[in-house]
Amino acid sequence: MKEASVLPFEKKSVGTSPWRVDGIGLVTGSAKFTDDIFLKNMLHAKILGSPHAHARILDIDTAEAEKLPGVSIVLTYKNVPRVPHTTAGQGYPEPSPYDAFMFDTKVRFVGDRVACVAADTAEIAEQALKLINVKYEVLPAVFDVREAVKEGAPVIHDEPDADGIHDRKHNIAAHYDVEIGKVDQGLKEADFIVEEEFETQYAQHCPLEPHVCIGYLDENHRIVLRTATQVPWHCRRIVAQCLQIPVNQIRVIKPRIGGGFGAKQEIILEDLCALITVRTRRPVKIEMTRREEFIASRTRDPSIVKMTIGVKKDGTFTAMDQRVTSWTGGYGTHSLTLLTNVGSKTLPFYRCKNVRFWGDSVYTNTPITGAYRGYGATQGAFAIEQMMDIIAEKLNIDPIELRKKNHIQKGETNPVFSALGEGKEGHENPIESCGLDECIDRAAAAIGWSKKHRLYAKRDPNTRIKRGIGMACLMQGSGIAGIDMASARIKMNEDGSFNLLMGATDLGTGSDTVLAQIAGQVLGVTVDKIQTYSSDTDMTPFDKGAYASSTTYVSGGAVKKAAEACRDKILKVAAEMLKEDVANLHCEKAKVISKSGKEVPYTNIINRSLYGQNQFQIEGEASHISYVSPPPFAAHFAEVEVDMETGKVRVLDYVCAVDCGVAINPKLAEGQMEGAAMNGLSYALCEEMMFDERGRMLNPSFFDYRLFTTVDAPKIRTILVETYEPTGPFGAKSIAEIGINGPLPALANAIYDACGVRMMKAPFTPERVLNAIHAKK
Amino acid sequence: MNLHVTINNDPKDFPCQPTDTLLDILRREGYSGVKVGCSNGDCGICAVLLNGRTVNSCVVLAAHCQNKTIETIEGLSAKDGTLHPLQKAFLDEGGAQCGFCTPGLILSAKELLDANPTPTDADVREALSGVICRCTGYVKPIAAVLTAASEMRNAAGAKS
Repeated sequence: MKEASVLPFEKKSVGTSPWRVDGIGLVTGSAKFTDDIFLKNMLHAKILGSPHAHARILDIDTAEAEKLPGVSIVLTYKNVPRVPHTTAGQGYPEPSPYDAFMFDTKVRFVGDRVACVAADTAEIAEQALKLINVKYEVLPAVFDVREAVKEGAPVIHDEPDADGIHDRKHNIAAHYDVEIGKVDQGLKEADFIVEEEFETQYAQHCPLEPHVCIGYLDENHRIVLRTATQVPWHCRRIVAQCLQIPVNQIRVIKPRIGGGFGAKQEIILEDLCALITVRTRRPVKIEMTRREEFIASRTRDPSIVKMTIGVKKDGTFTAMDQRVTSWTGGYGTHSLTLLTNVGSKTLPFYRCKNVRFWGDSVYTNTPITGAYRGYGATQGAFAIEQMMDIIAEKLNIDPIELRKKNHIQKGETNPVFSALGEGKEGHENPIESCGLDECIDRAAAAIGWSKKHRLYAKRDPNTRIKRGIGMACLMQGSGIAGIDMASARIKMNEDGSFNLLMGATDLGTGSDTVLAQIAGQVLGVTVDKIQTYSSDTDMTPFDKGAYASSTTYVSGGAVKKAAEACRDKILKVAAEMLKEDVANLHCEKAKVISKSGKEVPYTNIINRSLYGQNQFQIEGEASHISYVSPPPFAAHFAEVEVDMETGKVRVLDYVCAVDCGVAINPKLAEGQMEGAAMNGLSYALCEEMMFDERGRMLNPSFFDYRLFTTVDAPKIRTILVETYEPTGPFGAKSIAEIGINGPLPALANAIYDACGVRMMKAPFTPERVLNAIHAKK
Repeated sequence: MNLHVTINNDPKDFPCQPTDTLLDILRREGYSGVKVGCSNGDCGICAVLLNGRTVNSCVVLAAHCQNKTIETIEGLSAKDGTLHPLQKAFLDEGGAQCGFCTPGLILSAKELLDANPTPTDADVREALSGVICRCTGYVKPIAAVLTAASEMRNAAGAKS
């Protein structure tokens, strides 16, 4: 901890790892997730998914289904409002095209919504789905972005009322291009040019809790949606839009959530739940099956990233050109911002005067892609971090040296930040903390880099098992600069405890605990004195939601300000009681203490305030927005074994070091890194959604779509490198996403180090690695 | 049919259809600590102990459990709320993130520790391999089980 060795505050509640504030419930089974309430007379709804990848619905006959005893309602395009919208839970106005409808007369991928049945039991609803008679006109389908943009390809969004599609005739949902400097000129000035193309696969988040929503009417007949969401406020707004009712008719409650990873930054079930409960006046539950979760929720967008970098012999870069084409699937949710994030999180990382980004996000008749931890940066890092190794080898220098020479440093910025933001121009983003060099040095030492790198050439070429080591450097952001806002409210109780009411959405990360620690640090109490209640659109103030690595940084900023406002009121009352100047007082251990040595406990202060004199509620409320998005930085190192006869890659050791700013809760911070890195390792080595020639997913179960289990998982070592980020709450940055971006490039570089084969396409399955080995021979 | 089982040391009788799974019955009767992850026997989220052995309750027919003993996460802590060493270790080590798989992990670990008080890292990995966790990367759950094993040995040593 070099940079942060002198902190402008003394760590108290910050920097500790207490039990999670929701921990007792989680380990005893008493925690209440969405589906853990049991309402009387509740309907169960099921969705009819399209069997075709691309078809027009000529007619739907629901008469037989409606006659089935126990069926309450059947929804189709015939009886719901037709409102173009996006399902993307983003700030308003959303940067995604309005190309979705509750139900449409066209289906655009296998599993697309056709109808929804609500019945007394799930079994009856399933049975009723089979009685719905749909007349389809099957249309030619297109599954690959390279085909979809061609003249004459089937047009997927031909409906006239969709809005915001970039070029519907060529299936381009979103496009962005920008040039800084003169890239062509820069390439001419290079001593050599490296040009490569990288491709990633379809993958799913696999939160263990599938999407689930329960809707019911409260005693005043308002709609309550209890739902597994990362974005309660965006959910409320989009459901109101779909149903064409005022926002005040809807309350969204987020209970405990069983993971999201971006999949739940979407409004997938809530519109249906709301409409069914309004029309039937009964509670209703919709829960996705695991198969539906794969095919009809959201996925990681496969991307083709072509990189061209001009390099001088001294290792400086004269030009960087990044061309991205990504799959958005049947609908354009998150299409533009996923695309720009490929560039905005990778291109400013290395110094270069001439930079160009060009990207298309393209419709295909495949599952909808969307937000997934890493959000485009994952695909960008796969490309640029292999490019760094390729360049370093050509220069005959250590890849660490090349990165250290070129990566952004504290005190610098990069014009890409301003040119390429969240689907539009961004903010300048001067870097005020960067511990990347320390990350690299400590992780390299931990894995033994200098002793192990580039040894393959010296080994017997005939050995079957080859060992290699590789690394990658990463940066992400902390929230979306200038767009996303959070707020929080803190009030004091007569036992000196506090209620922390916040919009921030804990989807399992532990953010309720982290934010309580931030409040505790300000208020001079431990987290057991702070009751958290989060993410209820009636009861807590607004928050953007849990995405874009924003909760610790942006929501934490709001909580810190709210706590300070509350503390100021405590001090004011204490000043009256102690007859001291406020400037001489501070809060510590649930007391206000003066420089003169006098003190008064919180219980006396609040009881005076509630019952004694000049009564008022001691509380604080604040909102927070940041116009910078300070990047966390990370260095990942992997050591692997490649079996030259089977193509199997085994990870022997994995070390990730991250500059997280000040770690508010070190255990939870490590947990974010470990979980993200393991998800990334599993994604890099075995996770891939496969499709047949008609666009049907071949492996929509945990049996066929393999995730790492404890016996597959390699050992991961995490190193937290603390810096002090002056714009963050107590110096913190957010690190929810960054860890997932490392394994693809670090493993690819390690595989190359082991056997000289470059993996341009993920995942690195034995088949793909073996083919690459044979192709090289 | 009537299903007679002992759940968390309490004898219980439930009405039961031949097609009901153990998972259906447990959640219907209020044991909501048992979670639903895939309904296909693939993810281990719904694991409970049946006569001391972990099973995926989504693929066990309730009728198969007649007169058997079932332990769920709700039964692990003492009646006065004192946590089982595994539960405490999961909190101490940060082994629970979203917590959705935590019951399955803890019960799988309990089966291991009941039989083997001195497990190795490999033993723990083997025991937990039936449960998928997407949040933790398994690092802290494994550490938690090893910590709990050590604390349980210490407690047993102190008693004897």
